[in-house]
Amino acid sequence: MNTTTQKGMFHKEYAWRGIAIVCGLFVIVLTLGIGAFLVYKGSDTFLKFGHTLWEFLGSTQWQPVDSAQGGGSVGTLIFIVGSLVTCGLALLIATPFALGSAIFMTEISDKFGEKFYRPVVQIFAGIPSVVYGWVGLTVLVPFIRNIFNRQVGHSILAAGIVLAVMIFPTITTVSADAILAVPDSCRKAAYGLGSTRWQTIRRIVLPASAPGIISGVILGLARAFGEALAVAMVIGQTTALPTSIFSTTKTMTTEIASQMGNSMEGGELKSALWTMSLLLFLVSLLFITLIHFCTSRGKKKLEGGNA
Amino acid sequence: MTGERMSNIKFEIEHLNLHYGSFHALKDISMKIEENEITAFIGPSGCGKSTFLKTLNRMNDLEDNVTIDGTVRMDGKDIYKEMDPIALRHDVGMVFQQPNPFPKSVYDNVAYGPRIFGIRKKSQLDEIVERSLRQAAIWDELKDRLKKSALGLSGGQQQRLCIARTLAIQPKVILMDEPTSALDPISTSKIEDLAMELKKDYTIIIVTHNMQQAARISDKTAFFLLGEAIEYGKTADLFARPQDERTENYITGRFG
Repeated sequence: MNTTTQKGMFHKEYAWRGIAIVCGLFVIVLTLGIGAFLVYKGSDTFLKFGHTLWEFLGSTQWQPVDSAQGGGSVGTLIFIVGSLVTCGLALLIATPFALGSAIFMTEISDKFGEKFYRPVVQIFAGIPSVVYGWVGLTVLVPFIRNIFNRQVGHSILAAGIVLAVMIFPTITTVSADAILAVPDSCRKAAYGLGSTRWQTIRRIVLPASAPGIISGVILGLARAFGEALAVAMVIGQTTALPTSIFSTTKTMTTEIASQMGNSMEGGELKSALWTMSLLLFLVSLLFITLIHFCTSRGKKKLEGGNA
Repeated sequence: MTGERMSNIKFEIEHLNLHYGSFHALKDISMKIEENEITAFIGPSGCGKSTFLKTLNRMNDLEDNVTIDGTVRMDGKDIYKEMDPIALRHDVGMVFQQPNPFPKSVYDNVAYGPRIFGIRKKSQLDEIVERSLRQAAIWDELKDRLKKSALGLSGGQQQRLCIARTLAIQPKVILMDEPTSALDPISTSKIEDLAMELKKDYTIIIVTHNMQQAARISDKTAFFLLGEAIEYGKTADLFARPQDERTENYITGRFG
């Protein structure tokens, strides 16, 4: 081989490597940049307007003033509780269905599952949230109002159900992948010992795939936590602590979405909204850390690192 | 030691045919397998020996497109017509080619079988686990790491653990599908010694592509080729005086 083509080859090698590195670094810088920006903006609540962290997280008094003078109160407990309750309800509803579906499409009817069921579930995941919200508003909200005889159908229940439908595909597909990752030799061993299919699933497949399934649940939770639009459409948007699943309330994301347009830059309200964004950012960081923890534990479990 | 012992027929196979889709994998196999003996199936890859082994505990049921006709009787009972596959596998345990412990602790691996039969009592489980591990000659190596993951064991230990796991369900028959092909020579000889020891209480059927192994440990040997059982008889006879030219060619290493 002559040296000029060899040189050209190396140039290309370095050029492509360079592009890949730049792209990778860009994403890292962008993430860190967003984090830093949120810290910068969100810290105003504490540094400039002198509120305490305890007030921000633990108080239900949400009356921030829309001016740079400040002097209002920025307790976000209502929104935190709203987010936790709607997401918790969504998980409670979605997880059993998702787990059942994942088992169905992998263990019970794998051919039908791969050819038909998985694409259907993926379509679910692709529907825009405004559509979910609108369908929820049109179908679910009147339904809840009539069935439970309430004055309004907007409620935590409605938000939980809409969110459950939205996160169902995430939990299902991640769980199904985790179940598929359990080696077939384990199933064969279980059948060889005279296990029924249910015993094999319950005692071998599910425990072995548990870390992956938990990852799926956390991923679903993260999605539910971040959803603003569909929730805002059905939750009723009242600034009050919920007393039952039929209460109307707000979540962190719905409050940010509804207030960000009508607040003044540099004002107390805007700063408080930024602080809530920072909180959401930290929560999602926590979720991602948990997922990594689960994934590495799952790997260890299936490869046996601890002896 | 031969001659005096009563020989009982464990399996009686008559005109067994098996198809994978349109592929005729087992062709008209008839043989009798005796109790408390080691029966070895030898033959080149793809000859149907493993497939045949799996018809004896109906593991082929788990695969698609398999059709089986003919009869397989265990203790006089037709295992395809008169027995449930789950119940059958309680009597006919299996050890696989690749050691396949569950991703659980050593203890939980061995206790798996008893647990699915509904044994819950800790003392009883402890006893079964110890007895099974002792029978598999691995108790001394593992007694201090019962709570550790089975996946951290060496290949040979994993395979003996899998044998212990099978013994824990107290089967009558143990099927071994090339149990040493993934193991080193020392682990292999341990498994062979173990098989010889276990035949006192169990009927053992072993598939192997290692002719020396068959010659070393088995009482009877069947030679398979292209889905047919070419020759079946006492191991000593089969290796010393093969009746069929194809058997002779195979054991003298002319093909395979």
